[in-house]
Amino acid sequence: MVDLNLSINTDLGREILTGFIRSEITRVGMSRAVIGLSGGIDSALSCALAVEALGAENVLAVRMPYKASSQDSLDHAQLLIDQLGSQSKTIEITDMVEPLFKLDSNISRMRMGNIMARERMIILYDQSEVFKGLVIGTSNKTEILLGYSTMYGDSASAMNPIGDLYKTQVRQLSRAMDIPSPVIDKAPSADLWKGQTDEDELGFMYKDVDKLLYLLIDQRYSPQEAIDEGFGEEFVNAVTTRIRRNQFKRMMPPIAKISNRTIGYDFLYLRDWGT
Amino acid sequence: MKINLTLAQINTKLGDVEANLAKHMDYIQQAKSEKADLVVFPELSLTGYVLQDLVASVAHKPTEDDPIFKHLLKASRDLDLVVGFVDEDSRHRFFIASTYLSGGKVIHVHHKVYLPTYGLFDEGRFFAWGDSVRAFDTRFGRVGMLICEDFWHASPPYLLWLDGADIMLFSSASPGRGLNDKDKLESAHWVERVIKGYASMFTSFVAHANRVGYEDGLHFWGGAALFDPNGEEVASGPYNQEALTFAQMDLNQIRRTRARLPLLRDERTALVRNELDRILSRG
Repeated sequence: MVDLNLSINTDLGREILTGFIRSEITRVGMSRAVIGLSGGIDSALSCALAVEALGAENVLAVRMPYKASSQDSLDHAQLLIDQLGSQSKTIEITDMVEPLFKLDSNISRMRMGNIMARERMIILYDQSEVFKGLVIGTSNKTEILLGYSTMYGDSASAMNPIGDLYKTQVRQLSRAMDIPSPVIDKAPSADLWKGQTDEDELGFMYKDVDKLLYLLIDQRYSPQEAIDEGFGEEFVNAVTTRIRRNQFKRMMPPIAKISNRTIGYDFLYLRDWGT
Repeated sequence: MKINLTLAQINTKLGDVEANLAKHMDYIQQAKSEKADLVVFPELSLTGYVLQDLVASVAHKPTEDDPIFKHLLKASRDLDLVVGFVDEDSRHRFFIASTYLSGGKVIHVHHKVYLPTYGLFDEGRFFAWGDSVRAFDTRFGRVGMLICEDFWHASPPYLLWLDGADIMLFSSASPGRGLNDKDKLESAHWVERVIKGYASMFTSFVAHANRVGYEDGLHFWGGAALFDPNGEEVASGPYNQEALTFAQMDLNQIRRTRARLPLLRDERTALVRNELDRILSRG
């Protein structure tokens, strides 16, 4: 199999990503950030980068447990808050989401998970106004490509510093930034229901899918070339299908064009316009 | 002759020409206090890089009555300047341009001849393609200017060399990409390697000024550099932060190098032309 090295220069990555956070927040006249801290590695890394970029006093880490959330998640988030010295707040979502769950006795786990993810988004954007900080995203490249997220839920943010890092690179940078080892070493989970893990749900391991994604996306291998390099045909097909079917989650909703100048097609400006 | 060169790797405000002019004037003043003879700013230093639909609104003409250029032309009475801007011609075509200002006059304007329109780049959608590569005379000798993608192709530096340029001034707004386990981004590594190569092969001074800062998710890596006619690095700027890099060009080095290594003398331009004629007439 082709030699796949996804490791990054963490010093350089750290410098670029903290610079990004600082630039994108200060250029709009702000100085603070809000992050939902799940106890997992992605939000831990985003939070650590934000603290390094803006200073601990300018970062609000928000824990938003549901009654079924694991105690580990809460504890791990607190471990990080204590280590980073950021500001923090805990807002339990149980009383907000339960009335919605009760409207339909047949509600599925998937729907409940989506509702919880979107409730957390509402809280973060509300705290954004209270704290006068922008919401920092916590989605990594692997989950964005695979569409493993809730649209307008955990994927919602004002900017995302880690969205071009694969999960294994998130782990590498997290180790370099001294994220507590229990956070790095535990099985990744959205913790939307008991015992849920990403890798069970996805059906493959991050260390394997990251290598495949790196070939398909970064190195522009065709699916057949990836199979020729030793990846299982079924695995390659499942991943390429996931990437294609989840394109909608990576885009703004398309606007039907009828005028001569339409937002998204021929009205084109960066967000940083004028700053 | 020894020239005090200053490479100004600046951040810019996207689409705010007046704010960017003010920054130019600040840095020019700093360079002047360090006795600089020539200051080189990056690609599109007056406008920012990912302009998209801002192109028409940030365009300027390098003339004395232009509200932006009148200040730069005045400053060029004290030291020579290279600045990046959007040039609008009389028929309203917009070019990515660099201009060399000296003694209160526009000495040369270069329009970018290679507009990358692939991958993350979309220049060909918004800009007209330049159609000439010319060296020009300055008070320091004959100079050539190229903009970013221009020198990703080998032919523009080669043409400048044959047209008499002994000093090549390159400017870029190069987005950083290709983070791996090495100590430099792939994009920085690539650019530095080719610039060093041109200085070596053309036994000329090659200077590069690159943007810093961010535009949305893009970041520009800086890393200004000057290479001498031996291909040795004379000076380099930091990565990822605004800085002025001061470097001295000892023009006598051109003579010393070419006495040892007469690549220019031996360059067989007639052979190149014959073979180009043959290749281009084929088929």
